[in-house]
Amino acid sequence: MLEIKGLKVKLEEEDKQILKGVDLTVEAGKVHAIMGPNGSGKSTLSYVLSGRDGYEVTEGSATLGGEDLLELEAEERAALGLFLAFQYPVEIPGVGNMTFLRTAVNAQRKARGQDEMSAAEFLKVIRAKAKTLKIDADMLKRPVNVGFSGGEKKRNEILQMAMLEPKMCILDETDSGLDVDAMKLVAEGVNALRDEGRGFLVITHYQRLLDHIKPDVVHIMANGRIVKTGGPDLALEVEKNGYADILAEVA
Amino acid sequence: MSALAKKQESTAARLEGLALPKGGAWATEAREAALGRLQTMGLPQRRDEYWKYTRPDTLTQENAPEASLFVSDETPLFDELDRLKIVFVDGVFDAGQSDDFAGENLTIERLSDVAEADIHWARDLYGVLEANGQTPVERPLAAMNTAFATDGVVIHVTGPVERPVSLIYRHENTTSDAILHHVIKLDAGASFTLLENGPAAARFNKSMEVDVADGAAFHHVRAQGRDHERRAVTHIFARLGTESVFKSFTLTVNGRLTRNEAVIELTGDDAVAHIAGAAMGDGDFLHDDTVFVTHDAVNCESRQVFKKVLRNGATGVFQGKILVKKDAQKTDGYQISQSLMLDDDSQFLAKPELEIYADDVACSHGSTSGAIDEDALFYLRARGVPRDIATDLLVLSFVAEAVEEIEHESLRDAINTRLEGWLERRRG
Ligand SMILES: Nc1ncnc2c1ncn2[C@@H]1O[C@H](COP(=O)(O)OP(=O)(O)OP(=O)(O)O)[C@@H](O)[C@H]1O
Ligand SMILES: [Mg+2]
Repeated sequence: MLEIKGLKVKLEEEDKQILKGVDLTVEAGKVHAIMGPNGSGKSTLSYVLSGRDGYEVTEGSATLGGEDLLELEAEERAALGLFLAFQYPVEIPGVGNMTFLRTAVNAQRKARGQDEMSAAEFLKVIRAKAKTLKIDADMLKRPVNVGFSGGEKKRNEILQMAMLEPKMCILDETDSGLDVDAMKLVAEGVNALRDEGRGFLVITHYQRLLDHIKPDVVHIMANGRIVKTGGPDLALEVEKNGYADILAEVA
Repeated sequence: MSALAKKQESTAARLEGLALPKGGAWATEAREAALGRLQTMGLPQRRDEYWKYTRPDTLTQENAPEASLFVSDETPLFDELDRLKIVFVDGVFDAGQSDDFAGENLTIERLSDVAEADIHWARDLYGVLEANGQTPVERPLAAMNTAFATDGVVIHVTGPVERPVSLIYRHENTTSDAILHHVIKLDAGASFTLLENGPAAARFNKSMEVDVADGAAFHHVRAQGRDHERRAVTHIFARLGTESVFKSFTLTVNGRLTRNEAVIELTGDDAVAHIAGAAMGDGDFLHDDTVFVTHDAVNCESRQVFKKVLRNGATGVFQGKILVKKDAQKTDGYQISQSLMLDDDSQFLAKPELEIYADDVACSHGSTSGAIDEDALFYLRARGVPRDIATDLLVLSFVAEAVEEIEHESLRDAINTRLEGWLERRRG
């Protein structure tokens, strides 16, 4: 599904190399987790994949379902089925959450040559999905993320994911700022979307989330590279011993 | 010769050959007084502090610069609303296109008729709020308006009026030079909504004097025409009584030069004045909001919310002042002026001012100028919204604070639809 090969990325503005050759493949139907120390490049990887400006790919490739992601505009990548749940969801005053989501859903459908969803149908679907995530009607009406608590913002990301039904979901620290119950809700939201056709890349610092969303593969990222790949046990090892041993081992 | 003497001399030259419109004794008296004010002040010049950002010459020169007619197949604004329509073509009232001046709690007269008759309340207002608004800052073009206005309406509201009165302007002559003056009086407890829209003339000088008595509520929603080449100067002079409400919103798109002045005086305790505007400029466009709010009573609230979206070399100007007099305790004053620059060629010139003589007040003001928020843009695009639509959403988001000042939902929706249309047409 998602195939990243030898990806090297520097900042556009300054001569700073952040990703130093990332190799990673996420197969359809699988959940991969990425862990790694602060500043190792996890968010940068998610931004580069989803098409944020400000980065320059100096080497390597990234494809989704065989299509070259790096050639596409951010919105084209989204329409192709790539979704990023942001580490820091953005507040957009003056744009209603509902308007925003309907615009997004229909823009993607249009890009894929599908019919737009009618307002009534959209309303029905979003209400049902919001309910399972315990997002109330008031939050749907409010401007995007404005005045949302940290946890509400993260739940809103998952709602967007549920509405957009992407093929490849990248979740960047979706667990941070969540209380225990909210974490369960979010995990249930993610698990509900798990199926054979969909891949997940879950960036997290903690085993907690992985207790609920069981990963098939765990990667450790350090200093702009995937330095170790293993099974679910690898996350437990990090939880117990931190990164020191792993980093020493690969150094 | 002093600068003022020179100014007076050139003003005298400009006014030579201009005759005051005919009218009854009171009207002639009011016009002559206004002419006197104008002759003393002189017409505005580029060197004047109050015209530092906006060149007044095309507004003061002898002939109106030509402005081509604007054609559009868009349904006229407010078309679906139930309203009483009053139409002016190139600044002349058109009875054929207008509705009958009838309504409960409502008296409407044409200014040129009133000027002949002795309608005491109109006499007590015409040019009075304008004259009062000449200090501390001079507004010579408003004095010129009072002196030379040839048409307009005077509206007396004696109680609650549901159905809005809608002033519709039409531009049919490429060199028309229109001067209109409206007078609106709301009696105690009255409420009234006034709408204005349409391109008025090649050059337009419009004044409106609004007297809002105790407990009355005046709502004003205006959309200045989409005519690209107009030059317009407008003044609103309002006086607010105790517990009265004044809310005015203006949407401005296009136009070579538009200067909207508002002079609001809160004279009764617990009064509320909100004045807001959204301006969208693309290319050869200058939009100037010049606002002066005076708090002269206790526990009043005033808000000024102005948003300008500028691209392709458009210019936005904001001069806004809150003056809080010595006894205007518990004043709550707010002022924000912001511009959103869609490219590097545009400019926003702002002069926000507070002048406070009371000690127990809460006043805040701010002015910012910025580009589209890249983080928000990426967020929208990452959800599949194409760049151009995402940008437009952020533009709407930017002006939302001003549009939200419109109290009636149907009017707010009408304005939003207009804004969306304007943006959509520029998406290419
Ligand atoms: N725009 C930028 N300007 C300067 N440095 C940047 C920029 N973007 C990323 N970096 C740097 O690149 C490195 C990787 O950052 P990134 O946000 O990808 O880390 P991360 O692995 O997501 O960290 P965390 O676990 O704290 O979220 C950091 O050192 C960061 O400071
Ligand atoms: Mg990060």
